[in-house]
Amino acid sequence: MNPESKVDKATLVDIYRRMALIQRSDDRFRAVIKSGKIVAPYYSPRGQEAIPAAVSVNLTHEDYICTIYRGIHDMLAKGVPSKLLWAEIAGKATGTCKGKGGPMHITHPESGVMVTTGIVGSSMPIANGLALAAQIRGEKRVAVAYFGDGASNIGAFHEALNMASVWKLPVVFVCQNNGYGEHTRYELATSAKQISDRAIGYQMPGVTIDGNDPLAVYAAAREAVARARAGEGPTLIEAKTFRFHGHVFGDADAYMGKGEKEAAMARDPVPLFRSWLVEGGVAEAELAALESAIDHEIDEAVAFALESPVPDLAELSTDVLAEEAV
Amino acid sequence: MNAPAKTKVPTMNTIQTVNLALDEAMELDPNVILLGEDIADGQEGGIVGVTKGLSSKYGTARVRSTPISEQAIIGAAIGAAIVGMRPVAEIMLMNFTTVAMDMIVNHAAKLRYMSGGQTHVPLTIRTMTGAGFGTGGQHADYLEAWFAHTAGMKVVAPSSPADAYGLMLSCIFDDDPCLFIENMPTYWNPGAMPEAGKRIPLGKANVVREGSDVTVISYSRIFNDCAAVAAKLAGEGISVELIDLRTISPLDQATLLKSVAKTRRAVVVHEAVRNFGVGAEIAALLHEHLFGDLKSPVQRVGANHSPVPFSKTLEMAFVPQQSTIEAAIRRALG
Repeated sequence: MNPESKVDKATLVDIYRRMALIQRSDDRFRAVIKSGKIVAPYYSPRGQEAIPAAVSVNLTHEDYICTIYRGIHDMLAKGVPSKLLWAEIAGKATGTCKGKGGPMHITHPESGVMVTTGIVGSSMPIANGLALAAQIRGEKRVAVAYFGDGASNIGAFHEALNMASVWKLPVVFVCQNNGYGEHTRYELATSAKQISDRAIGYQMPGVTIDGNDPLAVYAAAREAVARARAGEGPTLIEAKTFRFHGHVFGDADAYMGKGEKEAAMARDPVPLFRSWLVEGGVAEAELAALESAIDHEIDEAVAFALESPVPDLAELSTDVLAEEAV
Repeated sequence: MNAPAKTKVPTMNTIQTVNLALDEAMELDPNVILLGEDIADGQEGGIVGVTKGLSSKYGTARVRSTPISEQAIIGAAIGAAIVGMRPVAEIMLMNFTTVAMDMIVNHAAKLRYMSGGQTHVPLTIRTMTGAGFGTGGQHADYLEAWFAHTAGMKVVAPSSPADAYGLMLSCIFDDDPCLFIENMPTYWNPGAMPEAGKRIPLGKANVVREGSDVTVISYSRIFNDCAAVAAKLAGEGISVELIDLRTISPLDQATLLKSVAKTRRAVVVHEAVRNFGVGAEIAALLHEHLFGDLKSPVQRVGANHSPVPFSKTLEMAFVPQQSTIEAAIRRALG
């Protein structure tokens, strides 16, 4: 991390708060799912905390995001209330989507989380549309599309980047490159040396940064968001990172290089950033208090999710069309 | 004796009526925007000119020619729709919807449900198709059964210029994703003038001709062949009740069941291939509800189970002709 950073202390602590919220929520998700109290497919974002935390401090609730099945970190960083998120993952009537979407389809328009997709590559074309609406209406909103390195090999990525560039849409494409598309290593599936190289073909700025460095992410996102707000068009940010818990919860990681995961975990971005903050003069007690508040929030959210009722069977056929089925 | 002065009855074709509906919708609501390949006037207002004049009137911010990128077109339309716009996205030919199936089926159709009703997608997808132009296997399929099979969307297929106008207005101002199927070979056929501003309700079939011997159920271009056959058979004293579905999904079950409960015979006719088609769904519905009352099994008429062939002779044999429809009606009559 750059010690010359001019980012104000409140922003730095805010980034850390979001990272700690993701880390601690993820720890608990895995524990609760392992206990069997909640049954859900779970794609842990552990290790990727810094990316949405440092992107989101550049956004407001007015700004939109589209994210993907590995997206709990993006949602928490954008402000989806823990209680509603937990209840949705538990499939309860009190969840963001009344238990009808689940962890791969969390939606919460109040915090700007407009679409979560379970289809690789599909966050980008829809983010374009959110940005298009803002552009036509003359609003200053920005749309962020999150996706993984694997998604840069699907057609939708290329169609979306081209259209966003031709129309100068206020959109930021944030690729969280964690080195693996499902079980396949980056090099085996991707022709580009780095994903940001692909921006050149679409005549948009592209940068590759250390996605585990919150200051690097913050700076890149700040510039991209400012460019989008100024009507100067899209940016592709490739944030390099690593996922600590494989593709899906329960993954045996047998496809990974020996020691690769351990090495990444030894450079866990959350405690690293915490130490850096403390060394820089942020009071230990301030961070401890913030962590304690997060733990309390999670305790409440878990209890809320477990105690909430399951959806009424009448929900099966509601929200299919505007008019209810007869 | 002098012949009376001929008064010319005013007519419009489907290109004109759809254009009129789009124009009126854009005038009425600034949230209505158009996206599609070549649709702006700089690109000649669409390959058959359906959107001609609209970009000049409303600007290229609202009437956008797009790259040839069907996923990006529908994706952009979905994103704009969930924040309150009413996009009309043109997928030039129905076969090209295959390139955007993920966006249409996994996203447009499902976002209302998966979000628990927090978002919805008031999107209209215009697309044209139909055999008869010698466009071969990838430009002329009727694929409506795929979309009717998908929960969360509406599938609309007008048979006349006036219906196209009224149904298009309803689709644009409907809060669900609507797939609107236009028949390409009959775009230029004149028809009765639409009534200004009149929207035709979705999900409601049109009993075009009342009859007592047999119900013929159809939609889109081939409905007109059914009407011609019904008129011919009337000369023989055969009374055909003729139903134009207008909306394929949601299906107006009540109107179909009421009619067939009366006639006790039914024939379903579509240009899509017969196997696993909309006709199979309707035949099953009628048998489930009216098995004991039917005087004969429900007949299905559809295209041959093959890709659309190029050679005119084969193309004519692929699409059901009036003679095929007539034969099916006679089979139903026993």
